[in-house]
Amino acid sequence: MAADISSDIGNIIDVKNLEHSFGDVKAVDNISFTVRKGEIFSFLGPNGAGKSTVINILTTLLKLQNGTAKVAGHNVAKEPEKVRESIGIVFQELTLDRDMTVRETLEYHGRLYSMPKEERRRRTEELLRLVQLEGKGDTRTKYLSGGMKRRLEIARGLMTRPKVLFMDEPTIGLDPQTRIRIWEYVREINREGTTIFLTTHYMDEADQLSDRISIIDHGKIIITGRSWELKNKLGQDLIYLESSDNRAAAEMPRELGSVKEITEKPKGLVLMLSGDGTHLLPKLMEMLTGRGIAITTVNLKKPSMDDVFVHYTGRELRDEGAEKMSSAIIRAGKR
Amino acid sequence: MNTGFLTIYWRDMLRFVRFRTLLFTSLVQPALWLAFFGVAMSNNFDRLTAALPTIPGVPTVGYLTFIGAGVIAMTTLFTSLFGGTVLLFDKNWGLMRETLSSPLPRIHIIIGIGLSGMTKSFIQATVIMLFGLLIGVRFFDGYTLSQTLFSVLGIMLFVGVFSLGFLFLSGAIAISMESPEGMQAVITLLTMPFFFTSNALYPVDSFPPLLRALSTINPLTHLVSGIRYFAIGNNFAAIGIQYVYTPNDIFVSFLSLLTFAAIMFLIARWRFSKVSVT
Repeated sequence: MAADISSDIGNIIDVKNLEHSFGDVKAVDNISFTVRKGEIFSFLGPNGAGKSTVINILTTLLKLQNGTAKVAGHNVAKEPEKVRESIGIVFQELTLDRDMTVRETLEYHGRLYSMPKEERRRRTEELLRLVQLEGKGDTRTKYLSGGMKRRLEIARGLMTRPKVLFMDEPTIGLDPQTRIRIWEYVREINREGTTIFLTTHYMDEADQLSDRISIIDHGKIIITGRSWELKNKLGQDLIYLESSDNRAAAEMPRELGSVKEITEKPKGLVLMLSGDGTHLLPKLMEMLTGRGIAITTVNLKKPSMDDVFVHYTGRELRDEGAEKMSSAIIRAGKR
Repeated sequence: MNTGFLTIYWRDMLRFVRFRTLLFTSLVQPALWLAFFGVAMSNNFDRLTAALPTIPGVPTVGYLTFIGAGVIAMTTLFTSLFGGTVLLFDKNWGLMRETLSSPLPRIHIIIGIGLSGMTKSFIQATVIMLFGLLIGVRFFDGYTLSQTLFSVLGIMLFVGVFSLGFLFLSGAIAISMESPEGMQAVITLLTMPFFFTSNALYPVDSFPPLLRALSTINPLTHLVSGIRYFAIGNNFAAIGIQYVYTPNDIFVSFLSLLTFAAIMFLIARWRFSKVSVT
């Protein structure tokens, strides 16, 4: 099957017809997708959508029930050991020993993966620099802030130079600044060549961080694509423009077809489009300029990830997110 | 050879040394048993048995020496039965997900925890023996240096195998339980029959038949016999009863402990194969 082999090249995760049930509940319902080498790929979906189940199957923590899944060239069901050696995991919950120091945490991980002593030492120092915990090497993890703990877990996930790093809700329960810093580390790691598979229920996280996003709901992938592709498919772009003759300008754009509605504002016009505005805008500007109307200001507003999500799943994500946040905080308080 | 269990061992010992309070209490507690219970009971028993005729030609040992072996055994039992608790905490709040998702074979977790628990028991047994000798436990009485060393080695062999068995049991319970309270309850329940149907604190000779039968299959009885054989001798009298241990008896006791440890190992392996942390 030569065709099959060639299509595998460049895909570091290859999932076909994956299904998983807990009792009568179908958590994952016939999912197929691929993740390309070197990309940041996100599963975006609400609680209970099946994101963690997929991650748990791909990381061999859950036994595969139906379908096939390959990670880093190894079959998850047949070669779980090989898969484990090629991946790193950042779990949704904190999985640190509160009474071990930062360095010991990394040392333990390196030993679990049989890294030679010299390499463990070198890699530890390297990673502490990367996640900016250099001064904290001998601090017990219980004295670290939430963001530092997360960074330590990311460093741990990278300890063995995995081909794929799985991150399950990497910034859950963190404050906005910390989240942005975590994103920076994730991008940095990705630039260095690690493929990243992450799940999130934060719109902005999926939007800003990922090369490609799969929206997942009720155990199914609803749609997959680049963030801008998803938004473009949705249409409904808005163009705001100010020109030397707004009234004359208002007459023209209807000829372009995809303009649904034009509203006059005090100083300019708002055009609501039925489709992708990125291609329309240059044509529009060319046309107006051709007719002797000078454009002074133009602004194109894309639909947000929230709009995309609501469109495809028919529901908002925010409230569930807030619930999850508060339960994570309660859990953290119990520790 | 995969030495992954050394990683588990290293981490568990790290915790043992790090928690100074835990370290301190685990060493002081058995000494207190010996100091308070031992000395108090010893005075009572020695008074009660003072009237009994001594058996001619058989050395009589005091009660404190008699239960010195019991205290070592009891401490090993308690420490080992609680030794797996770390796994429950790891499972609920810590490293277990990391460990289980690593390439480390699960069997190494059991072995690692077993070895670190065994090390703790060795340390405790040593402390009890030293403290005991200090307050009048007459272990190794009249032994030459090499005889003493040989006896200590024998005691450690018994303590080691015994502790492994109970650590495997403890690990199997810990990995199957959901809450620390539940684990505490189960283990407290378990210690009772093991402890009181053994010869640790009193002779089993006058037990009713059922208890007597239980005591003969009780690993704690075999451990205590082993320790007494090595520390006191193969023929002595205590509390008016003569104790004779042939090398054969001791060998059977040791085999019993080995069998017990092997069965517990299999149970632990089975329980660990069932674990999924998601």
